[in-house]
Amino acid sequence: MEINGVCIDETYAEAFGMYASRVLITACSKAWAMEAARSMAGFGTSVIGCGCEVAIEGIEPAETPDDRPGVSVMLFAPSKKAIQEQLINRIGQCVMTAPTSACYNDLEAEDRLSIGGKLKFFGDGFQISKRFESRILGNGSGPRRFWRIPVMDGEFIVEDRFGVQKGVGGGNFLLLGSELSATLQAAERAIEAMRKVQGVIMPFPGGVVRSGSKVGSRYKFLNASSNTAFCPSLRGAVKSDLPDGVGAVLEIVVDGLTPEAVGEAMRVGIRAACGPGVVKISAGNYGGKLGKHHFYLHQLLAER
Amino acid sequence: MPPVVLHMQEIPTNIPLEAESISPDLFVERSQAEIEAMPVALGNETHRLGDFFKVKGERSDEIVIEGCAGRVKWIGSGMTRGRIVVHGDVGMHAGSYMRGGEILIDGNADDFLGVEMQGGLIRVKGNARHRVGAAYRGSKYGMQGGIILVDGNVGHEVGAYMRRGLIAIKGNAEDFLGAMMTNGTICLFGQAGIRTGGGMQKGTIVCLRPVELLPTFVYDCSYSPVFLRMVFKGLKQLGMEPPVPANGLVRRYHGDLADVGKGEILIAA
Repeated sequence: MEINGVCIDETYAEAFGMYASRVLITACSKAWAMEAARSMAGFGTSVIGCGCEVAIEGIEPAETPDDRPGVSVMLFAPSKKAIQEQLINRIGQCVMTAPTSACYNDLEAEDRLSIGGKLKFFGDGFQISKRFESRILGNGSGPRRFWRIPVMDGEFIVEDRFGVQKGVGGGNFLLLGSELSATLQAAERAIEAMRKVQGVIMPFPGGVVRSGSKVGSRYKFLNASSNTAFCPSLRGAVKSDLPDGVGAVLEIVVDGLTPEAVGEAMRVGIRAACGPGVVKISAGNYGGKLGKHHFYLHQLLAER
Repeated sequence: MPPVVLHMQEIPTNIPLEAESISPDLFVERSQAEIEAMPVALGNETHRLGDFFKVKGERSDEIVIEGCAGRVKWIGSGMTRGRIVVHGDVGMHAGSYMRGGEILIDGNADDFLGVEMQGGLIRVKGNARHRVGAAYRGSKYGMQGGIILVDGNVGHEVGAYMRRGLIAIKGNAEDFLGAMMTNGTICLFGQAGIRTGGGMQKGTIVCLRPVELLPTFVYDCSYSPVFLRMVFKGLKQLGMEPPVPANGLVRRYHGDLADVGKGEILIAA
């Protein structure tokens, strides 16, 4: 298969089942909401080293509970317990600390984790609970409880419980380019398109990862190491997967609330990336043995 | 299903009519004849609902009451679903113990409106009298959920012993607003009487006009609490837009220090 002269490898991306949550951060201005969101999304590129994958969602929230500017952040982790720990730590250390911020659940799900209900103890007994009916919040669901925690600029509002549901982590594709500059531009085009898809995040810096990894290492203490088969500088030293003419490889990893959202993000991303300087687009998998979600590139791109 | 329309025929004079049977939960599975045969009490006598109301419609969880029902007590008491629309006044105890659904009253409501309710919405376009959303004498808690909106004025002890939920009043309130509150939110657009929040343990009373406070309330600060934005936004969506901006300053006082002292009165600055 070829798109705009770019060869699409007949392979698939192997993704994993993860748990997902989504929080809505508001503040007095978009800039401060974004500061809090960026802080919360820091050091959250990969579960391998960060314990979770977290990033700002590309689509801006249409409405917020307090009518202030808001930013949506999605967090993925391997278990509900990990989600709860990460949310408590990140909201407590990164959002509550940001001036004027408030933090709301933004995922309607059957399973809900106590987050504000734990953070409330920061109020040292002066925290105040407010439980509002769905008619007040206008969301059509049941009542929601919020905690007002006294802080030095007034109050930090945090929702008592946050929804968690099964999601998909590790959807990916690889951009094999003739040289770095053109490959990076292709990646940027892909990310711009993917950010318009609802319910997905690309957790690496700017959505792009250059240090793709393989399972295992020659060192016993390391369970993941550089994807040597895709490193141009090792073309002559290891069994390389790089075709002739490829001088740089970048990977885009995508996590989503549903397999459909991940597939759609991959589809629009690959289509946007196909352009000058890109030789081939491939995807990472582990022979189908590890992840339960398989995204076949040809199948995705044949849709619509 | 079209609503069941109850048209008041015979107006009780000195003795009020006790009509707990006027509830969507009870009407939804009954035919017109069964609705007419439902019991109502006039003093120590039991009558049929059809003796006082002309009934039109059946098997619906929406009820429309026409005529003067100002002496009819317990309308919608304990209801969990549906809607009651009253084109006129209602008597005492309307919506008491209510757990869901809506009661919309075009006229005025008598005492004990929404007392000890746990959910649902009551909207009064006129005035409501004493102990709206409060507790019955001897009960530990008043309203424990739901929303009461009053476009007019309210009487004494509104929200007394309230534990959860929201009461919003466009007009004025008489004395002891939110007395002995243990939680919940009261939002008063008009003028409050004396001893507002007397004995309150927790909870929030928002007064958009200056109010004379008990000496057991202490000033904290002037600020713009974010949760008020949520309340004001919700009230606006319910057609009761506050006359001050949601991001305006309020003066926060906490009390009542004669009790636990974790309640708050927020007064628009």
